[in-house]
Amino acid sequence: MCAAGNWTARFAPALERIVSDAEKLRGSRPHIFIDVSQVASLDTFGAWLIERLRRSLSDASAEAKIAGLSANYSSLVDEVSRVGAAPRAATEALSISGMFEQIGRTVVGIGGTIIGLIDMLGAVLAAAAKVLIRPRSFRLTSTVHHLEQVCWRAVPIVVLITFLIGCIISQQGIFHFRRFGADIFVVDMLGVLVLREIGVLLVAIMVAGRSGSAYTAELGSMKMREEIDALRTMGFDPIEVLILPRMLALVLALPILAFLGAMAALYGGGLVAWLYGGVDPEAFLLRLRDAISIDHFIVGLVKAPVMAAVIGIVACVEGLAVQGSAESLGQHTTASVVKGIFFVIVMDGVFAIFFASIGM
Amino acid sequence: MAEQEVDAIIRVRDITVQFGKTRVLDGLNLDVKRGEILGFVGPSGAGKSVLTRTIIGLVPKVAGRIEVFGVDLDAANSAQRQAVERRWGILFQQGALFSSLTVRQNIQFPVREYLRVSQRLLDEITVAKLAMVGLKPEVADRYPSELSGGMIKRVALARALALDPELVFLDEPTSGLDPIGAGEFDELVRTLQRTLGLTVFMVTHDLDSLYTACDRIAVLGNGKIIAAGSIADMKASQHPWLQQYFNGKRARAVVA
Repeated sequence: MCAAGNWTARFAPALERIVSDAEKLRGSRPHIFIDVSQVASLDTFGAWLIERLRRSLSDASAEAKIAGLSANYSSLVDEVSRVGAAPRAATEALSISGMFEQIGRTVVGIGGTIIGLIDMLGAVLAAAAKVLIRPRSFRLTSTVHHLEQVCWRAVPIVVLITFLIGCIISQQGIFHFRRFGADIFVVDMLGVLVLREIGVLLVAIMVAGRSGSAYTAELGSMKMREEIDALRTMGFDPIEVLILPRMLALVLALPILAFLGAMAALYGGGLVAWLYGGVDPEAFLLRLRDAISIDHFIVGLVKAPVMAAVIGIVACVEGLAVQGSAESLGQHTTASVVKGIFFVIVMDGVFAIFFASIGM
Repeated sequence: MAEQEVDAIIRVRDITVQFGKTRVLDGLNLDVKRGEILGFVGPSGAGKSVLTRTIIGLVPKVAGRIEVFGVDLDAANSAQRQAVERRWGILFQQGALFSSLTVRQNIQFPVREYLRVSQRLLDEITVAKLAMVGLKPEVADRYPSELSGGMIKRVALARALALDPELVFLDEPTSGLDPIGAGEFDELVRTLQRTLGLTVFMVTHDLDSLYTACDRIAVLGNGKIIAAGSIADMKASQHPWLQQYFNGKRARAVVA
């Protein structure tokens, strides 16, 4: 048997076919020499393929040898001949029991998530209590920095989106109410909807997408680079240094943003009611004063800090759960936003039941 | 000089690199000859990594010419460039392994992209490469976050060697390794250079590496190559930084 030409990575696909063909000679004769004196160039791929051929041709009854090896390549072939067999990559078989196992693990995972959230809530409250006892350990600079990020910089987009939503609610209301000649009731609908529900819910969802994801990504990449471990070894509590300022900023920011959002939505709704529905501003304001009470406003704003806390806790738990890989960071950031929005809506439902039962 | 030019795998001419107003490299010239291990030293922050990244094409240069395998990288079209990139391998300072892929997938990634070979051959080559860098096949299914610093360097070297390149860039390969591990790594680079006929461009701070692994040494200072030659040339040099570097306390400890 004689090998010739270039046995290098470039030609590996063709070489592999040649070697598999040659392997069929197995067992045909007791002694086989693989003559490689004609080989022009050799690299790891070529050397391994020749070695593989030699091994598959050798068994109990037969022996294959490599002959005619030039001096510059002998060390490479020696190196390759010491390589053991490749272990198979573990592949997971698809099975019914495997599927049930997956479902079971997911359910346990949900339980774990809730415990994790309660755990984080406790840790944050404990850190807050510690700061209350020693106010000097409070990180004012950090809190103000995060307040700028999540509140001040969010104002334009929040105001713009809530303004547009106000416009749309108003336009749709007028369009449908007009058939009953009840144009003016659009003010009632707009006022109650915006102040009680949509204003705060919409802003909370935006904040979960905007700031919750940022928190998770920040904490997650700090976790990946062992920055959080570094903090801990210096005697700092990561909850106190990293999470408390972020949580506080969020809890302060969401009511402010919800208020601004509600005002922008009312303004947008009023504008559309005036331009599209012919309700002039004075009539709009009069009707608004009759339609809504301070209760609606309070109901809306009371929800805001609670939703902020939920978003913040979810984001921080997910951030700290990030493992070593970039993929894990992406997964947890996604989970942070999805869970954040989910819990915001759940909390909104809980509040609706609560306020209904106390008659607000 | 003329005879050197013939066999230069990397030829760098009058390279200038600037970040804002700071000029990091200032009209630098360098040749790397085929089959040699070039050790590249210089004070921290002198721009060793910047030069490496400029040659690879990750840092834009203000002026100058870079030829690798005789191809002018500025004039090359994307196909020529890809052909050059296929022939070099790079070991980054931090390893730069893909964190969401296993060791096996990391090593197979470049091979899979460039060659159409069976999964069986891929797996066998992976084991061969791991063995070459001194790792057991069991490591193959671990993720980079589960490896020690030394193992990350070895896996990164295995990935750099995956396509059997002719030229390898090593950016501080022994930093962060214990002296024994670093010694083994130097030995490994030497062996691979001998068996595979590699050309190695090695940025390093490790005096041991310079003594045991390198054929030639180039020194960077003030944005230029201030000296190039063998260890003996370096020690004979009158340049104050070289004097301190090669004849200082730590250097004497290495020789002794």
